[in-house]
Amino acid sequence: MAIFKKPVLSVFSGRRRDVPEGLWTKCLGCGELVHNLALEENLQVCPKCGYHFTIGAWERIQLLVDEGSFEEMDEGMVSVDPLKFHGVASYEDKLRSYREKTGLRDAVISGVGRIGGYEVALAVMDFRFLAASLGSVVGEKITKVIERATAERRGVVIISASGGARMYESMLSLMQMAKTSGALALHSQARLPYISVLTNPTMAGVMASYATLGDVILAEPGAMVGFAGPRVIRETTHQELPEGFQTAEFLEKHGLIDHIVPRREMRSFLIRLLSYLMPKRMV
Amino acid sequence: MKSTLLDFEKPIAELEEQIEQLLKQSENSRVDFTGEIRRMQEKLEKLRSEIYQNLSAWQRVQIARHPARPFFLDYVRFFCNDFIELHGDRLFGDDPSMPCGLATIGEFRCAIIGQQKGRDTKENILRNFGCPHPEGYRKALRVMKLAEKFSLPVVCFIDTPGAYPGIGAEERHIAEAIAVNIREMMVLKTPIVAVVIGEGGSGGALGIGVADRVLMLENAYYSVISPEGCAAILWKHRRHAPEAAEALKLDARSLLDLGIIDEIVPEPPGGAHKNPQFAAEKLYSSLLNALRTLTPHPIADILQKRYNKFRRIGIFSWEQNSTSPSPSQ
Repeated sequence: MAIFKKPVLSVFSGRRRDVPEGLWTKCLGCGELVHNLALEENLQVCPKCGYHFTIGAWERIQLLVDEGSFEEMDEGMVSVDPLKFHGVASYEDKLRSYREKTGLRDAVISGVGRIGGYEVALAVMDFRFLAASLGSVVGEKITKVIERATAERRGVVIISASGGARMYESMLSLMQMAKTSGALALHSQARLPYISVLTNPTMAGVMASYATLGDVILAEPGAMVGFAGPRVIRETTHQELPEGFQTAEFLEKHGLIDHIVPRREMRSFLIRLLSYLMPKRMV
Repeated sequence: MKSTLLDFEKPIAELEEQIEQLLKQSENSRVDFTGEIRRMQEKLEKLRSEIYQNLSAWQRVQIARHPARPFFLDYVRFFCNDFIELHGDRLFGDDPSMPCGLATIGEFRCAIIGQQKGRDTKENILRNFGCPHPEGYRKALRVMKLAEKFSLPVVCFIDTPGAYPGIGAEERHIAEAIAVNIREMMVLKTPIVAVVIGEGGSGGALGIGVADRVLMLENAYYSVISPEGCAAILWKHRRHAPEAAEALKLDARSLLDLGIIDEIVPEPPGGAHKNPQFAAEKLYSSLLNALRTLTPHPIADILQKRYNKFRRIGIFSWEQNSTSPSPSQ
């Protein structure tokens, strides 16, 4: 997981204009040095090999929604430490440090807006916040945004990225899988579309709930996607893992993912999809 | 049953052995040991209740994993009549770690689903140590849909260390199989009762665990991650599993307080394996009670309550005067 600790990326693209010369990022895909400005212009995708770097939730929202249309929901919702969980570090300390580090309150931004004129509810997970693990706040925000979509007859788009459940919240975390999936069941019964987009990485509890429940499931190229971690599988089975195991491409081949869509084309792809799944937009 | 003694039970076993020896001696001797034996037996009772009434979370995990603990099909033999097993997911195969079928519990004709472990190595290989593949979850869903169609209540027996982490399981989308079960169980138009009888291993447990009533045996555990797994990540070593078990609040009492489960089913002192008959009788009456409470209600009410039951789970707070940390959209 060390690769995700490399910083370099900022959520706020607006503040990055004055990057001093000489700031380079080593591509995690091809190993080439890429200038940060070039990387930024290319939406944090390596211009040489197409490796998709992690990007922040706000950056992602800007890439997807019609300008000025996004209205955030529940921005003041914050995690507490319901179990008084103390491992080597306490949950409270972890929350504090991730909030400082990322400028986010938790691992998901949710709200309503338009994509190509289509009215949608959108939730975007941010992997940099505690590996975007699924805790009470993430579960509640996603459930609320789905419920609002059902009430207002909106489509749902969820951009997932997650290491899985949030251990610090123990069973409260596991039950968020039931809560979010339940809200999706009602949304689906109302014959409204849900598009799930898997980004690097989406694993475990999030995969075993809303991430795999899309009417259409998309993924970014090269995204690591699966249920159990590769190390656990290797240790349990004592088998060599096949090449490309648990990548988006692997899962497209094995029939889970409908389409792999590069970051630059995601917005237009979503619009094309929504045009089949939602009533014609009002202009 | 004596063959697998848990560490914390050793003082009890030692005392039991002393009493036994004294009894043997008293048979062959004229000295009267009656008083001494009585004193020791009192001490034994006191020791037993001290140990068994103050079990730590980790000790309960050990009991939940005890090789002699009654498994799903043991309970079926104890109190289900006329079990008809239904094999296969009609897609790929049949998963022996998740037997499903029709059975009668008291006056109720039900669909029953459960995870099954093996008693010995051979059986465990067949049952895959109670770790289902995607086929298990898809078979379970098929049987649940059957139950819905014919208005049979569903009873799920949870006992798994977790869904199987294997190559085939990933290739056939174990995560999707679990997710679909969770979603479909939330809206399944028939009453569902689930009981954690041993190990409630994370998503693998929840995949058959969305229910109107969730029961849990006194020494079972239900957790988002195994204590060993949690210790390895947060304490950097598996040997901290006992601390992790405590921190995870995975025991029945804590989960009842958190509103995750609805009822604790009592076990005999020391665990269900000490007296399986007793454990089965208690479970039988709890299940019957749950079914009798649920079935008279209209299904629309049941579904609304089921949704709300899971909807309200989660603890969080609100920050006052929050200004969004985002650039304006």
